[in-house]
Amino acid sequence: MSKLLQRLFGRLPIGWLQLTHKRGRFAAALAGVAFANVLVFVQLGIMNAMASATLRPYAFFDADIMISAGDANALNEGGNVARQWMLQALADPDVIDGTGLFVGTAPWDRGERDVSFSTIGIDPSRFDFLSDGLSPDLDLLQVKDTAILDRLARGLPRDETASIRPQTPLRFETQDRTITAVATFAGGGGFGGDGYMLVSDQTFLAMFPARRSSAPDHILLRLRPGADLDATLRRLRAQISDHSLRIRSLSDAGAEDLRYQQTRRPTGIIFGFGVLIGVLVGLVIVYQVLSADVADHLREYATFKAMGYGPRFFMGIVVEEALVLGLLGFVPGLIAGTAILTLMGKMTTLPLAMTPSMAGMVFVGTVLFSALSGIFATRRLTAADPADLF
Amino acid sequence: MTSEPVVHMQGLNHWFGSDDARKQALFDINLSLPRGSFTVLMGPSGSGKTTVLTLIGCLRAVQEGSVQLLGHELNGASPAQLTALRQRLGFIFQAHNLHESLTALQNVMMGAQVRAGVPDALARRAAARALELVGLSDRVEYLPANLSGGQKQRVAVARALVGNPALVLADEPTAALDKDSAADVVDLLKRLGAERDTTTLLVTHDNRILDRADRVLTLEDGRIVSGND
Repeated sequence: MSKLLQRLFGRLPIGWLQLTHKRGRFAAALAGVAFANVLVFVQLGIMNAMASATLRPYAFFDADIMISAGDANALNEGGNVARQWMLQALADPDVIDGTGLFVGTAPWDRGERDVSFSTIGIDPSRFDFLSDGLSPDLDLLQVKDTAILDRLARGLPRDETASIRPQTPLRFETQDRTITAVATFAGGGGFGGDGYMLVSDQTFLAMFPARRSSAPDHILLRLRPGADLDATLRRLRAQISDHSLRIRSLSDAGAEDLRYQQTRRPTGIIFGFGVLIGVLVGLVIVYQVLSADVADHLREYATFKAMGYGPRFFMGIVVEEALVLGLLGFVPGLIAGTAILTLMGKMTTLPLAMTPSMAGMVFVGTVLFSALSGIFATRRLTAADPADLF
Repeated sequence: MTSEPVVHMQGLNHWFGSDDARKQALFDINLSLPRGSFTVLMGPSGSGKTTVLTLIGCLRAVQEGSVQLLGHELNGASPAQLTALRQRLGFIFQAHNLHESLTALQNVMMGAQVRAGVPDALARRAAARALELVGLSDRVEYLPANLSGGQKQRVAVARALVGNPALVLADEPTAALDKDSAADVVDLLKRLGAERDTTTLLVTHDNRILDRADRVLTLEDGRIVSGND
């Protein structure tokens, strides 16, 4: 390491020698950098998980356009949309198909805790609006009070969901009804609920008696192949006279939902701040270590200054130290961060994982912010006045 | 000694503090150090001898008067010029001021590499040779913590001399040493200086050193009171 640095800098790697001279302090400094890395990794992991958990239900649907109420910031929020607007939209030459979509939250009281299902209700004759591969058993939902359950739902033991088949269904109480789970699909817990449940629109309306079939929560539209999505959206916005409605592509609906979760919901804001705090903690730790190190070596630096070394030499030492701390602190940070994210993912069933892009981003950030701390710390070098040595 | 002196100081005045607290530390100092000479500057503490040393060593800005160092006027020189000139000097301090994280060899290399463009291998050889000259070839890879006080000061001497400086400035180099080590260090400075035609200015109030000097200057209350030509 020392040899490598020596070749790299074309001088003795004084920063490295200085750092490794006090092993205890060096280890503590690396642990500090690693800790800051773990903080950032966990927060970023949660933010990533929030993004994929928020976007996942939008992937359940096979549609081009989603019409929602003006206050429907998320799938399970806000008011409903009158079915008449769907009929008007279908009058557009490029809109070939449409259906209403119901979304409601149904808790299953399992004694020690409720498992809350984001329940999605859709007309069984319009199951073509559900993505291929979501479940091969959608037809079974034509029977009233049947459901397809999310086998990845948080709080549902895997062995309990594994045995759910049409021949061996699972019955449970929710919304004052007995629902029969006849099959399962892979959803996954999100931030709005523990998991998902697919039902027919009739089952949904029975579960949620206050809802009306004339007013679904969202309307899904499909366009003629080759139709211009943006142009159709513009036409629909002009034709539909209720201007409070949000008429947007399905992917935009997901993106707006995510933006809402990240910037206006407390959870998103908290995790955003978490990243900021992780960065600040790292910055302060590296700055503290480096400025203490500069203060400890003022006498040596003053000596070097007297010998004729210039300001760039000292800057080089401090930045060298910052880079060593950043690079070497990142490795244990990455290992610990991966372990913690994996563990948290197992516990929450949130899609928490270390991704290469996250690791790359944090690595670049660590090196950059370490160098920045180093540059701050060099300001203390001016205190090294060789005239004081005599 | 016909050649131009290494240091030529004329009409030098120096003050510390500002405004009302301003106090004159040096009064009309005239002083010349011929090439190859070994000069001892004596005087009680507070007499201004260290100030003279730091002014010659380009560590303080000259306020009034003229200091010619190696043919360069220091009065009005820029910080970069002063830094460049310092690279041609050798400093020895009261404390050894070795870097605790560097081995004896690496400490001496720092003296060899201060001028840009000195290759690593060359600096290493020069440093090893300098340590040999001060009798420490068997301590090359030692950290300062594992050397005795006299050995550390000898490493400091090697660091000061490794770049073949034109002028060595030593400030009380023997103050922290016992009698034998002190004599060793001064003899070393004297002998190596003579071999290389190096000019030496040594500040001390250690009387044991006086008999080794070519010339002894005495400073009192900011004025040279004896020894000047």
